[in-house]
Amino acid sequence: MNATFLLPVLILLSSLVPGMIIFFLPEEWRTARTALNLFGAVLKVLLVGLVALGIASGEAYETRLPLVPGVDLALVIDPLAILLSVLSAVLWLVTTIYAVGYLEGSPDRSRFFGFFSICVTATVGVAMAGNLVTFLLFYELLTLSTYPLVVHRGTEVARRAGRAYLFYTLTGGVLLLAGIAWLYGIAGTLEFAPRGFLSELPADVHPELTAIFVLLIAGVGVKAALVPLHGWLPQAMVAPAPVSALLHAVAVVKAGAFGIVRIVQNVYGVEFSEELGVAGPLAAVASVTIVYGSLRALQQNDLKRRLAFSTVSQVSYIALGVAIAGPIASIGGLVHLVHQGIMKITLFFCAGNFAETLGVHKVDEMRGVGRRMPWTTGAFTVAACGMIGLPPLAGFVSKWYLGLGAAAVGDSWVILILIVSGLLNAGYFLPILYIAWFEAPPEPAEQTPRSGGRLETSWQLLLPPVATAALTLIVGLFAAAPWSPLRWVQLVASLGFAE
Amino acid sequence: MTGAELYALTGIALFVIGLHGLIRYAHLMRKILALNVTGAGVFLVVAALAERGQDGTPDPVPQALVITGIVVAVAATGLALVLMLRVASATGRAELPDPRSE
Amino acid sequence: MTGADGTPLIVAALLLPLAGAAIAFAMPRTTRWVGIATAVVLLAVVVMLCGAVGAGGELSHAVGGWGAPLGIALRVDGLSAAMLLTTAAVSLAVAAYGRSYFRDESAGPAGFTPLSMLLIAGLNALFVSGDLFNVYVTLEVLGLSAAALVARAGTPEALTGAMRYLLVTVAASLVYLLGVALLYHLTGTLDIRLVGARLESGAAAWSAVGLIGAAMLLKSAVFPLHFWLPPAHANAPAPVSALLSALVVKASLYVLLRVWLDVLPAARADFGAVVGALGCAAVLWGSTQALRQDQLKLLVAYSTVAQVGYLFIPFAFTSAAAAGTAWRGAVYLVLCHALAKTAMFMSVGNIQLFGGDRIGELDRVVQRLPLTMAAFAVAGITVAGLPPSGGFVAKWLILEAAVQEGRWFVSAVVLVGGLLASIYVFRVIGPAFTKGAQPRQPRRVPNAMEWVAFAVALATVLLGFFGMPLLELIDAGAPFGNALEPER
Repeated sequence: MNATFLLPVLILLSSLVPGMIIFFLPEEWRTARTALNLFGAVLKVLLVGLVALGIASGEAYETRLPLVPGVDLALVIDPLAILLSVLSAVLWLVTTIYAVGYLEGSPDRSRFFGFFSICVTATVGVAMAGNLVTFLLFYELLTLSTYPLVVHRGTEVARRAGRAYLFYTLTGGVLLLAGIAWLYGIAGTLEFAPRGFLSELPADVHPELTAIFVLLIAGVGVKAALVPLHGWLPQAMVAPAPVSALLHAVAVVKAGAFGIVRIVQNVYGVEFSEELGVAGPLAAVASVTIVYGSLRALQQNDLKRRLAFSTVSQVSYIALGVAIAGPIASIGGLVHLVHQGIMKITLFFCAGNFAETLGVHKVDEMRGVGRRMPWTTGAFTVAACGMIGLPPLAGFVSKWYLGLGAAAVGDSWVILILIVSGLLNAGYFLPILYIAWFEAPPEPAEQTPRSGGRLETSWQLLLPPVATAALTLIVGLFAAAPWSPLRWVQLVASLGFAE
Repeated sequence: MTGAELYALTGIALFVIGLHGLIRYAHLMRKILALNVTGAGVFLVVAALAERGQDGTPDPVPQALVITGIVVAVAATGLALVLMLRVASATGRAELPDPRSE
Repeated sequence: MTGADGTPLIVAALLLPLAGAAIAFAMPRTTRWVGIATAVVLLAVVVMLCGAVGAGGELSHAVGGWGAPLGIALRVDGLSAAMLLTTAAVSLAVAAYGRSYFRDESAGPAGFTPLSMLLIAGLNALFVSGDLFNVYVTLEVLGLSAAALVARAGTPEALTGAMRYLLVTVAASLVYLLGVALLYHLTGTLDIRLVGARLESGAAAWSAVGLIGAAMLLKSAVFPLHFWLPPAHANAPAPVSALLSALVVKASLYVLLRVWLDVLPAARADFGAVVGALGCAAVLWGSTQALRQDQLKLLVAYSTVAQVGYLFIPFAFTSAAAAGTAWRGAVYLVLCHALAKTAMFMSVGNIQLFGGDRIGELDRVVQRLPLTMAAFAVAGITVAGLPPSGGFVAKWLILEAAVQEGRWFVSAVVLVGGLLASIYVFRVIGPAFTKGAQPRQPRRVPNAMEWVAFAVALATVLLGFFGMPLLELIDAGAPFGNALEPER
């Protein structure tokens, strides 16, 4: 038993154990709870960082526990796993700080943070899963642990949202399970391989493999909010802002998108997906989702709903990237996994700040918020510009590689999609920015009690969006640096293709 | 038809009559009696099917089974009668409600 | 097949609960600790027995030193060991819970402890019996003690439920006995294996197996013979419901499985298809009925009807490999479902004590009884077969077998059954989060009752991760290994 064996388990335990303890803490023990939360979050970032360094220097990390004859619970850390692990570990830390500030004084916080921790454990488990069964295990754990967060407020609306969420995700889970069991019957193994493990199978099972692909993608597509499986996401907006941030940027939607990447790259293999003829339809579905999500976002006046439909649209860039042949587009898709997370979490933090500090929930109520909350609005602006794809921000890098990759393999229609979607993104984000900065605030500008003294709001609410907005800028500006997500993604993508 | 076969067929007839009574009649007393008729039928079958040795001595095992079975049946009947009385005093009727109405 | 090592353990597993029952009956004041002490020792004995079976394969013991044709053989293979382990684990949980549950009753746990110990003794005797008539006696012990336990609740519904259950179970036992009489007539022995070795296919043999099969389906409440189960299980006191749903319905599954494996290989293909189809129907029917219930205990009881259906699905498989996989899954499900149902009935018992037994009355139970609700939710995950839980492992094995044999309908039933189960579980959990219209004055629920329910539920999650040793135990002595192909 050595470090390479223990580290994957420790990474999971670093959030699971604090979470379990937090459940049993009395509601009033605020300091102890916060300390435990932050301890777990920081520890996870450190552990994940350690493993990332190890992977970069060629170390391998793997832990196995036989579940049933032939199928193991496998935690295998590869570069792709690192991508999602680092993202969720870092964003969890930030979100924890935000949530502590956001939920100050509200009831049932021990329950909230307990499930919050399990939720991140599940996400990192999804990242490190070494085969489909392990993936399914953490994927379902994620569903179950986010449900109490969605219904946290206990209102009738929250309950309905929770019901929709469960109905969609559990049905997705069943489809996924069906696909996995079927695949196991055909292939006899479920272990992820760098370039897939199905290309050697005889041609007469190809129709079955196509059907299984549909089942698997439909299963993970629910969480990735592929149209028409996206219905739960806008409804889940009733949850508290940190939960929305978690759903959209760190955990649920990401787990779905990540699942698409795993299935295309490590189950079927990008090249075999092309050969089977399933990649094209996936790219088409992703494109429809991109355009549809943006169109719906245009119509929303509720800020969080607009952001939700924006997520529907943006996450499909990831699916689009891996569905297009060739490594360059894959780079674009994969790097968007990280970039979308950073940008979207910023936007949700900011939306939460507007709601909490000013009571502003709708776009047309945002007149002049730029003057009253310049830091928050500034962060919002950076992230929104990133989403639109303005250079040198994070979103630009993703879209650049997507376009480049599509052009390289002659899929020029993708570039059209990118342009249309960029225009639509601008169409639903720029008016917000205009209203926020250039329209006069309504008189009198009432202030809610949650003021942070000299700051525009409490520091726990302000620091996270400013930090992630800065990251949006940094990962774009320094995309060529050796430690950047882009560099890492280039390594990941290179594994998925023959020399 | 040998005597043993006749006994066996009679036993099976009793068994069927008993089951019929158990399902057909609502009153618990009738159900319990029907159950005992069923039991008697089974015991008759067991005894009738016992093999006889060369010298006509019967196989002791079925006899032992029937005796044990009768003991069990007495215990079951006793419990059933107690339950019936309690049902009658709790609901005022010695009958079971229709399961579909519950 | 030497029983030297295991004999004292087998005898101890039989005598311990009987001794506990006798002490508790004779000295009612001791019941507060006799039940739990017996259960602890029993669990220890059974764990050692499992160890011995796992290491050495099948153990056997001839009662009084008489050999098989004349005497009574006791046998313990992996299948028996798994059933014994399930029984011991549930009995410990129920004893611990029952101590608090019956605390306020005038009679204390006096009636509960001896009767439940008698029930456990009957189960243990059944699982080690190698003799068809012994099985009859143990089935009657089970049936009578279970009916008496149901009646302990004393309400009109419980009394009528107990009465119906008693009539059904005694009638089923008589049907079984008629089948055994035919088998004895045909083979001249009551030892299950000898019957299997001597029996030749024919109308009489088919009738015998058919009678035994019908009797056991009735006792296990397999659709459409389930009518007696919901009223009995839903109106019994919570610990009794736990015993019934967790253990008693599986006893008859065990009997059917033994007969099916050992007695008439020729009957397997046709008979198995019918039983498997009934299992599928039970899954769908039980789940949809559970979805329609408003009363919590009825919901859980219908869930038992559905889950028992899963246990009968493997009868449908014909190839050795698939059937072996599916049976491993089903026996594992016996254990996981037993623990999950125990936890669920305990949670519902807590909620009833707290006040309210309908879904509409779950007024913020999550916040007021968090451990109880957590127990219900976690147990529900196993019932729904969602990972990570033991139920997932079990259903994965059944699903794997179904795919392997290309039985798409069975696969679909397993999947849809899981989805329906998650819906009825979350129908309960959802309202527990919201604020009710009329908050009531709650009664206090003893901590022990909350913790026991939670601990049992947690065990089902651990079974999702550490199931391999148990799956290997089930295989010890190859209970399914040599008897699966229709013709050997």
